[in-house]
Amino acid sequence: MNGIHDMGGMHGFGPIPREANEPVFHAGWERRMFAIALATFARRIFNVDEFRRAIEQIPPADYLRSSYYERWMRAFIALLQEKNIASAEEIESASRQALGGGAAGPLSAPRTTAATPPAAIGAARPRAHRRVPARFKPGDRVIARNLNSEHHTRLPRYARGRRGVIRRDWGVFILPDSHAHGGAIDLCHCYSVEFDSRELWGDEHPAGESVLLDLWEPYLESAAAKRGAASASGKRRTTKPAVGRRRLAKP
Amino acid sequence: MSDHDHRDHNEPESGPALRVKAIESLLVEKGLVDPAALDAIVDHYENKVGPRIGARVVARAWIDPRFRRRLLADAVAAIAELGIPSGPEGEHLMVVENTPEVHNLIVCTLCSCYPWPVLGLPPTWYKSFAYRSRAVSDPRGVLREFGVELDPGVEIRVWDSSAELRYMVLPLRPAGTEKLSEGALAELVTRDAMIGTAVVKYPPDKAARAAERD
Repeated sequence: MNGIHDMGGMHGFGPIPREANEPVFHAGWERRMFAIALATFARRIFNVDEFRRAIEQIPPADYLRSSYYERWMRAFIALLQEKNIASAEEIESASRQALGGGAAGPLSAPRTTAATPPAAIGAARPRAHRRVPARFKPGDRVIARNLNSEHHTRLPRYARGRRGVIRRDWGVFILPDSHAHGGAIDLCHCYSVEFDSRELWGDEHPAGESVLLDLWEPYLESAAAKRGAASASGKRRTTKPAVGRRRLAKP
Repeated sequence: MSDHDHRDHNEPESGPALRVKAIESLLVEKGLVDPAALDAIVDHYENKVGPRIGARVVARAWIDPRFRRRLLADAVAAIAELGIPSGPEGEHLMVVENTPEVHNLIVCTLCSCYPWPVLGLPPTWYKSFAYRSRAVSDPRGVLREFGVELDPGVEIRVWDSSAELRYMVLPLRPAGTEKLSEGALAELVTRDAMIGTAVVKYPPDKAARAAERD
């Protein structure tokens, strides 16, 4: 999605705001919001790609106005509704109760098992030990595809259409694009791809800089194949990326 | 336009405070979260992890070349040797090494990806729109803002954490530290040096060190 979150290369945000002796959280509610989100990931009510997608779906003006954990909160409330965990009315009524000093405590005994150590709680996403053929190898020249999906993606705008070189094959990971929308598990190779900064930002840009992105195979095409196709007949050759697919088991 | 990450946070019953309280009580009521488990998560990220862990890793890499090689080859296995557990946002950790020729800088332009098990949660500036937008397109300008002036001949590599890999910089060991103990070396290493927005100084830059709470 070509959203406001995709900020690489934008101008106008001014100097970087730094705070001396910054605390980990700035308010009690930030602590709780952070912990609630982590605990919820562990319950697999939604996955981290869905959470990122929900943050990206915050209208741009609101995204810019909101603090970091306010964005978490907005996305979290949207997902609670989307996943039928809580309706807007329930959240409204619980907020009224909280305003009246009503109990934030349990109305019934929690059924959560608290045996998991906190350090292990989170959005763990193991590398998939599945054999999926790799289309690229280190040293291969590639072009980041010019994709403009309205869905979630981790291919930033600033790299689209740009030429880079595969530096590493990280192995097989879940493709976030489909995982963020309903939890489909598409497994494909993810690569470290290096882009010369002049390729990204133009010839005026100083030499001696590069940006490395970790990109899933469907984001990439072979620079050689593209050149070949263009010179042959102008007809676009499309090679389907290798994607292993299985459905996510119901939690 | 600027970042507004510090608005309203001292108002006890401001909008977000109330909303989050409501969310927590709803989820507790539905049996989906346990307040005690939330307390434990907060305690872990507020008190147990932070950049001192990363600094230990850096100091060890500086004094033990074989450990350094293992760290650069497989950071998760290497930090496990030091008894440092992996965890969320660190399952796929990559340590990138600064050299006299190459300086590395870490960013997440799309959100806020950061290596939690070794550095804790990121500072607000790392999540700011200004840093996210400029780190990839103007790294030298960003470094200058942090007081780092690199030789023009030094190559800069910016790592934009767009997938599951999380990055930490192994900074250059400053000259004159040959006789320092591992613990004293770790004391020199700042959080920002492990993100790549600072270099490690000796004698230490006390102001920079003190400005980072950890």
